[in-house]
Amino acid sequence: MSISWLDDFRQQAQSQFEQTGFPSNRLEDWRYTNVSAIAKKEFPLAKIENSPVFEGSKGGTAFHFVLVDGFFNAGLSNLPKSITVCSINDALKNHAGLLQSKFNQAITQTHGFIDFNTANFTDGLFIHIAENEVLDKPLQIIHVATQEAILPTRHVVILEKNAKATLIETFSSSEGNAYLTNSVAEIFVGENADLTLYKVQQESETAYHFGGTYVQQADNARFTHHNFALGSVLARSDIVCDLATAAECELNGLYLGSQKQHLDNFTRINHLQPNGISREFYKGILTDQAKGVFQGRIVVAENAQKIDSKMNNRNLLLSNEAEIDTKPQLEIYADDVKCAHGVTVGQLDEKSIFYLQSRGIDEATAKHILTFAFANEMVDKITVPSLRESVFNLLLARFPEGAER
Amino acid sequence: MLKIKNLTVNVGTKEILKGLNLEVNAGEIHAIMGPNGAGKSTLSHVLSGKSGYEVTGGSITYNDKNLLEMPAEIRAREGVFLAFQYPVEIAGVTNVYLLKAALNAVRKHNGLSEVDAMDFLTLVKAKTKALDMDEKFLYRAVNEGFSGGEKKRNEILQMAMLEPQLCILDETDSGLDIDALRIVADGVNALRSENRAFIMVTHYQRLLDYIKPDFVHVLADGKIVKSGGAELALELEEKGYGWLEQA
Ligand SMILES: Nc1ncnc2c1ncn2[C@@H]1O[C@H](COP(=O)(O)OP(=O)(O)O)[C@@H](O)[C@H]1O
Ligand SMILES: [Mg+2]
Repeated sequence: MSISWLDDFRQQAQSQFEQTGFPSNRLEDWRYTNVSAIAKKEFPLAKIENSPVFEGSKGGTAFHFVLVDGFFNAGLSNLPKSITVCSINDALKNHAGLLQSKFNQAITQTHGFIDFNTANFTDGLFIHIAENEVLDKPLQIIHVATQEAILPTRHVVILEKNAKATLIETFSSSEGNAYLTNSVAEIFVGENADLTLYKVQQESETAYHFGGTYVQQADNARFTHHNFALGSVLARSDIVCDLATAAECELNGLYLGSQKQHLDNFTRINHLQPNGISREFYKGILTDQAKGVFQGRIVVAENAQKIDSKMNNRNLLLSNEAEIDTKPQLEIYADDVKCAHGVTVGQLDEKSIFYLQSRGIDEATAKHILTFAFANEMVDKITVPSLRESVFNLLLARFPEGAER
Repeated sequence: MLKIKNLTVNVGTKEILKGLNLEVNAGEIHAIMGPNGAGKSTLSHVLSGKSGYEVTGGSITYNDKNLLEMPAEIRAREGVFLAFQYPVEIAGVTNVYLLKAALNAVRKHNGLSEVDAMDFLTLVKAKTKALDMDEKFLYRAVNEGFSGGEKKRNEILQMAMLEPQLCILDETDSGLDIDALRIVADGVNALRSENRAFIMVTHYQRLLDYIKPDFVHVLADGKIVKSGGAELALELEEKGYGWLEQA
């Protein structure tokens, strides 16, 4: 199916991508992350085929939208009836006008991964929640990767005035599968609407991951994001939020790197209008030779007075070879604002380890308990019980006996 | 139970304990008193296996084993318990989880099975009540935001749960008001038994009004400079430590 407006976007993005390729680490926003290994892999584009779907791809939630290798699988999915929700390919047929009016509009600054996505996305989620509608149960978007390929998916999420929803997006794959996830979400949170989005990235240890979330928040809109970066050998997450008057944005994150993992978390909160509130809290735990990156930028535009913004990044380095590059940035052009940021990088507290040992707990378990507790602060923020439990269990698998089952 | 012979300990290049001798038998209560900086906490820490102390000479045997060779957690499992002078706050770890993990670690070491979840709760609630602590403390993070007195009570709660053989109380009385002191003392007295020994490090006679020691030792400048019975504590209360240090 060829749709002319989309073809224009695709062609433009394609020629842009041909010029730049994936982002070079000479670019400021990419200086800590070298993605050259991805191009060398020469992954083909994913093909639609009857991929085997392994256990665990069926979500624990009532509603789920399953993408197998980047293609919507209706048979595995269960979608709510009360709202408009379908694959992006179906939306191109059935909701063309609305889709066209929003497509690419949340992305204000592009780079190679986004261009590649626009040029090549195979499928994705389209969701439209009408004014005053509330999606009362969470909808889980489940990405399953079985092919050794690039899996580009594109979501468009639209909440009209006063609408409310919770989305969960999970990325997983069969063990040892090498591929590139390239997922871009465009999100439009309307006036006084409220969206909570959870992301749980637990790709295989040989996977590459790019996930970009670009959010437009209208007046008084609320957006809450919880980002769990657990898997993949190299992962980059972009979250960019543009806030109108009195909009509120909360970004929480936990990145957990071991072995040679490289986990880059790029966030940008743009306060474009007055009276906005933003809260950002990211925690990182890095062990072995893992490397973490936190780039948090908060921009307050010239006329955006009375902004209240806090950003905090705390890191635990559990080995001498683990590394963190953390760069919180405040760019403030208004004069009447309340902005604060803090960063810590440290090791486990020796006094705490000894205290636990003095109660009979061996050193390794003591460290697991303390590390788990550090991470669990982010897990505790999950308000969907089944999701909280499954992330809790993922953590427990990493730090056995770190907490009571 | 415990034999400390000629113990010398350095922190960095500074000698803190300078030839300390002490023998403690099951069923006994020993009070160790002495001026600030004498080395009382150092002794407590060395007994419980804290790192950062260099034992340069002497020996410690505990139940005929070389205590100094055991890692801290093995000492704890073998029944050595230190109630800290400054209990550590541990964010994100609940009291109840610490108690359970600790109890199970000790039980496993002694060839016992894991404690049943229901039995554990019944037990821990009873002990909490006995120390006049609100059950809510069990579900709070270990010592986090506890008052000084609550922290000390929490130490005694852990001790009551683990039922150690050798209890070392490092200034458990400091910072307690008279009511809290009585509760803590009752908690300790309830644990007194002929199989258990106590070393109570304290500054003041006060605690000893409630827990009567069999022996009182004065630790000054890294050594036990005088030992006696309970009456020595009263003498110290009256005269201070000056007369001993000069001697
Ligand atoms: N970690 C340390 N580093 C340097 N000096 C220490 C350390 N711990 C204790 N000391 C010193 O050792 C001496 C004894 O301290 P401590 O055992 O705490 O005394 P007490 O408990 O009797 O008041 C003091 O002079 C103290 O300053
Ligand atoms: Mg002391």
